[in-house]
Amino acid sequence: MMETTWFWLVALMLIAYVVLDGFDLGAGVLHLLLAHTEAERQLVLRAIGPVWDGNEVWLIAGGGTLYFAFPRLYASAFSGFYLPLHIVLWLLIWRGIGIEFRMHVTSTVWRSLFDGFFSLSSLLLTVFFGAALANVLRGVPLQADGYFFEPLWTNWRVGPAPGILDWFTLIGGATALVALALHGANFMALKTSGGLNDRARRLARRLWPLLLALTAASLLATLDVRPALLDNYRAHAAALAIPALVVASLVALRVCIQRGHELGAFLSSSTFLAAMLAGAAEALYPNLLLDSGSQARHLTIFNSATGRYAMSAGLIWWSGGIVVAIAYFVFVYRMARGKLSQP
Amino acid sequence: MTDALLLHRLQFAFTATFHYLFPQLTMGLAPLIVVLKTLAIVRSETRYDEAARFWARVFGVSFTMGVVTGIPMEFQFGTNWARFSSATGGVIGQPLVMEGVFSFFLESAFLGLFLFGERRLSRWGHWWVSVAVFLGSWLSGFFIIVTDAWMQHPVAYVRLADGSFDVTSFWGLLLNPWALVQYAHTMCGALTTGAFAMAAVGAYYLLEGRAVAHARTFLRLGVVAGLLACVLQIFPTGDMHGRYMARYQPAVVAGMEGLFHTEAGAPVVLLGQPDPVTQRIDNPLAVNDALSFLIYGTTGAEVKGLDAFPKEDQPPNIPLLFFSYHIMAGLGTLFVAVMGIAALLLWRGWLFKSHWMLWILLLAAPFPFIANTAGWLTAEIGRQPWLVYGLMRTTAGSSTTVSAGNSLFTLLGFMGLYAALAILFLFLIGHEIAHGPERAMHQR
Repeated sequence: MMETTWFWLVALMLIAYVVLDGFDLGAGVLHLLLAHTEAERQLVLRAIGPVWDGNEVWLIAGGGTLYFAFPRLYASAFSGFYLPLHIVLWLLIWRGIGIEFRMHVTSTVWRSLFDGFFSLSSLLLTVFFGAALANVLRGVPLQADGYFFEPLWTNWRVGPAPGILDWFTLIGGATALVALALHGANFMALKTSGGLNDRARRLARRLWPLLLALTAASLLATLDVRPALLDNYRAHAAALAIPALVVASLVALRVCIQRGHELGAFLSSSTFLAAMLAGAAEALYPNLLLDSGSQARHLTIFNSATGRYAMSAGLIWWSGGIVVAIAYFVFVYRMARGKLSQP
Repeated sequence: MTDALLLHRLQFAFTATFHYLFPQLTMGLAPLIVVLKTLAIVRSETRYDEAARFWARVFGVSFTMGVVTGIPMEFQFGTNWARFSSATGGVIGQPLVMEGVFSFFLESAFLGLFLFGERRLSRWGHWWVSVAVFLGSWLSGFFIIVTDAWMQHPVAYVRLADGSFDVTSFWGLLLNPWALVQYAHTMCGALTTGAFAMAAVGAYYLLEGRAVAHARTFLRLGVVAGLLACVLQIFPTGDMHGRYMARYQPAVVAGMEGLFHTEAGAPVVLLGQPDPVTQRIDNPLAVNDALSFLIYGTTGAEVKGLDAFPKEDQPPNIPLLFFSYHIMAGLGTLFVAVMGIAALLLWRGWLFKSHWMLWILLLAAPFPFIANTAGWLTAEIGRQPWLVYGLMRTTAGSSTTVSAGNSLFTLLGFMGLYAALAILFLFLIGHEIAHGPERAMHQR
């Protein structure tokens, strides 16, 4: 029971991370495409400026919670995904630098350099995050002691010795890239007016069919690679509400983009991301990391959990902390609400 | 495997050392900025607002560096220290998550408002925001100290059947007496860094003959806060920390002091080079009986030397431990002298005309960074060969699946990246100092 609670709390934190940091990652992916003039580029950074750091804290806090609640999984996954995680760390560093240091310089060359950091790191991060989720769904070659090490790539096939990148995880990376770019376009449309707003809405319109195709492709590929992920849905028909929500949010997204309903489009892409991740979590439960081999050495919430006292005491301070954190978010987003004025 | 272990250790040491250059500055500046904001309201002078804005910009650049170099710290517990993480997640995962939910969310919410929201807030509103940023940064420091203190002095835990740890008391872990002493000592160190930086910038402007009114404010605040911080650094916080170590980590104290042999009336060696082969200090400059007196209050007391402990439980790198401790303690003592003389000159009204003292304050700015770094090296090299003192050895904590080639790859990556970041940081800070406080009000 306690294990299940923490499973969903971690899942919720990571969903919050993807939905929230997702739009500023997406804005980064589209930064150079959307914003042509210096004024427009400043507008993109002003739109995400007050919130991006707080959004990224969900990753730190979510990762920490995973460490706290399921230390064995944290140890196995983080050492096994050693290289991609370091690349993610380096990209997070360049991205933070790109966003925050840009305003401290006035030279055009320096500003272009920081724009490049911001945009390229955002793009690569979305691909790595998508590929990471795909790795968890596909499974990794777990040893008897629960550890593994996965190189960046091997033969690009889903086999007994997989790499971080193969055809399956690349589909995951592409899906994340498009989904977050669209999410970012919706956010920028919501925050701006004029040329930037037009371009953001046009991009969202163009990205939608691509997202539909990639969503379908990633779902089909997942069923091909690991059909057992359907088991939970077969056992609990109520869980089918999640894929239904994915479909509904995609339709709503299309309708809102067509009708120019900016807030509706943003909420739809938020719902889409949340439902996709919740669907993956439901499919995995009670597993945390799947074994790609035939030994079925899955790391589960039961064999990876932390001590009893830590789990029950943790529930109290964690809840208190999250309530306060949500209050901060409401406050900050209220302070930053509405469209930005052109300088 | 030893190769990989060394590389894991080097990577953590390198990334942690580089990271802590920035939080010590932000944690040191945060309360000083609150003081400037308070002066602006109490004396109702815009000069103090300008001063606060200038330091807020310096704070902003350092804070970003602290954030981006801080994220790798949490992740490396998992990537490079998997067996340690697996065993201790239930204990030290707690302060790490608490740092995220109680402090990072607070900081991230209010830092933006602090840097850019001055016009949208009332004077008191903005003052409160600066207090929130200060609290967030100091709270963050507290949770990290709780984490380290548990590794130094494990409390409130129980060992489970599989060798991993569970907490037995939430408050016992958070209020670990070791953590409270270490926190006070570390925060004084951070305040020393912030105060020396502020005084140095003031001295620089005064020597240049620009922003004179601001420069005097920086000097006054820097010298007063600096004297307070570096006195508290030694007494009572440093003294208490030393007593705790003498009680719970006597082997570490022996290593720090270079005391190879147990003796009554043990000396304090001020200078010298420990030779682990011949087990003695070369070229010693020593004060006889002083160590016995400092630890036990009597000059004749017997102090345990390294020979009182089994070889496998002694800190393995005595020279590095000895030098780290002596650099920290020596600089700490010099800081009191520098700030004491500066405060005397300030009190007599001579400081702003004493160019020699301004030069000393200017050139002193890097040394608190060195002293803080040396202090951390003392704590963490001293903790060796243990990862969790007395319970888990460093050799038992690293990731076994990560090969030496992979860890060297990432260590080199971090070194290159951080070299670039260091250059960028110095460039931007130089840029802000060249801009000066008098123009900070026209920005944005």
